[in-house]
Amino acid sequence: MARIMIPTPLRQFAEKNDSIELGGATVGEVLGALTARFPDLKKHLFTDEGKLRSFVNVYLNDEDIRFMDKVATAVKDSDTVSIVPSIAGGHV
Amino acid sequence: MSEVTLSKEEILRYSRHLIMPEVGMEGQLKLKQASVLLVGTGGLGAPLGMYLAAAGIGRIGLVDFDVVDFTNLQRQVIHGTKDVGKKKLDSAIETMTDINPFVKLDRHETALSSENAMEIFRDYDIIVDGTDNFPTRYLVNDACVLMGKPNVYGSIFRFEGQATVFAYPGGPCYRCLYPEPPPPGLVPSCAEGGVLGILPGIIGLVQATETVKLILGIGDTLVGRLMLYDALGMKFREMKLRRDPECPVCGDNPTVKALIDYVQFCGVPHAEGPAEAAVMTSDIDPVEVKAKQDRGDRFTLLDVREPHEFQICRIPGSVLIPLNELPKRYAELGDKNAELVVHCKMGGRSAKAVDFLKQNGFTQARNMTGGILAWSDKVDPKVPKY
Repeated sequence: MARIMIPTPLRQFAEKNDSIELGGATVGEVLGALTARFPDLKKHLFTDEGKLRSFVNVYLNDEDIRFMDKVATAVKDSDTVSIVPSIAGGHV
Repeated sequence: MSEVTLSKEEILRYSRHLIMPEVGMEGQLKLKQASVLLVGTGGLGAPLGMYLAAAGIGRIGLVDFDVVDFTNLQRQVIHGTKDVGKKKLDSAIETMTDINPFVKLDRHETALSSENAMEIFRDYDIIVDGTDNFPTRYLVNDACVLMGKPNVYGSIFRFEGQATVFAYPGGPCYRCLYPEPPPPGLVPSCAEGGVLGILPGIIGLVQATETVKLILGIGDTLVGRLMLYDALGMKFREMKLRRDPECPVCGDNPTVKALIDYVQFCGVPHAEGPAEAAVMTSDIDPVEVKAKQDRGDRFTLLDVREPHEFQICRIPGSVLIPLNELPKRYAELGDKNAELVVHCKMGGRSAKAVDFLKQNGFTQARNMTGGILAWSDKVDPKVPKY
């Protein structure tokens, strides 16, 4: 089971969980298990074509999966998968 | 260049810097010779402006065109109660001058745009991004990359913050991290989603620290690292940030060689155009809603805010179904042909709710423009604004 870190803006679609342990051999499988568990998350993470949205980054531990094998990146039990969406606040 | 020195008064003022060998006289003179531009004097800009002035940065430019209001004071500590109604620039300059009269402050009373960004950035060594919206963030990024100036980045939402340094020579830029912004409406703003008042203090001071380190040339900066801060868990984490060779701005074969229209890039509709006209047909002004109530018209007033917002204030006769619960609960609204007026805080969420309801057959759903804030302004000032 890998730990998935859910960022603040998406917790409202994940029954307010900040992290959850889910199984999967690849990052894609883990994210699939996540959206199966919380279907409302799906449209925030993936496009209609099933591609990860470009303003949502996924990290395996501290490495961006775009620079690894993307969603095919292998996941071990002790790994942490972090979802890091783009946020803009700061001024108003 | 003429010899820069510290006066007797400055030596006394900066003594705690001067006695540290890592800063010392040499470092303090570097700070004095440095120029830093703060884009925004709000949540992040407040601690940035105060501490960078105190640290003795020689010249600080401030870009802002906003006015201080009461809802700013929960976090924008550079402004005080007496400053409500003043220009943020005037208020920030007053505070910073009081903290350190030796700092030269430049006013840029304008909204940063593709037309003026390069001109404004030209006179500064380092740009610090304390803005609150995606178009300006991509604009700041691209201008920094094109001009070869580091962009000290910080961003906040609710209990969570991000900070890094973009566009440092050879390092990644904002577009390497996020090639595209989210579509409008998918990520709520701080005004919509809220922010813990202390959070911009922490993230703004991480940016201030990085700015000072860049000037002094000491320590390990956040270049190539994205710092994530979670206030609730009180956890700092960091992710590796790499320059993307295919980045359209800082990659090996850049396609963006001049500033573009960032409002369009971020998909925010321009003021006029068909998008607005389409929305207009299903809009209703709060004054008209009140008139309908007074006439005794039969309609449902649906509030799609969150329960904790409903506790702050509500419009008499409204029913609450939060936007996120609407897909599961819209049957509670009953007759699909009945008249329905939807409102939220400012009109953003209710517009989404109206779209959703129309798709599901509620042909008479209309969006109350400006939300409960506009209701307070136009109909009933006793309803508190938040």
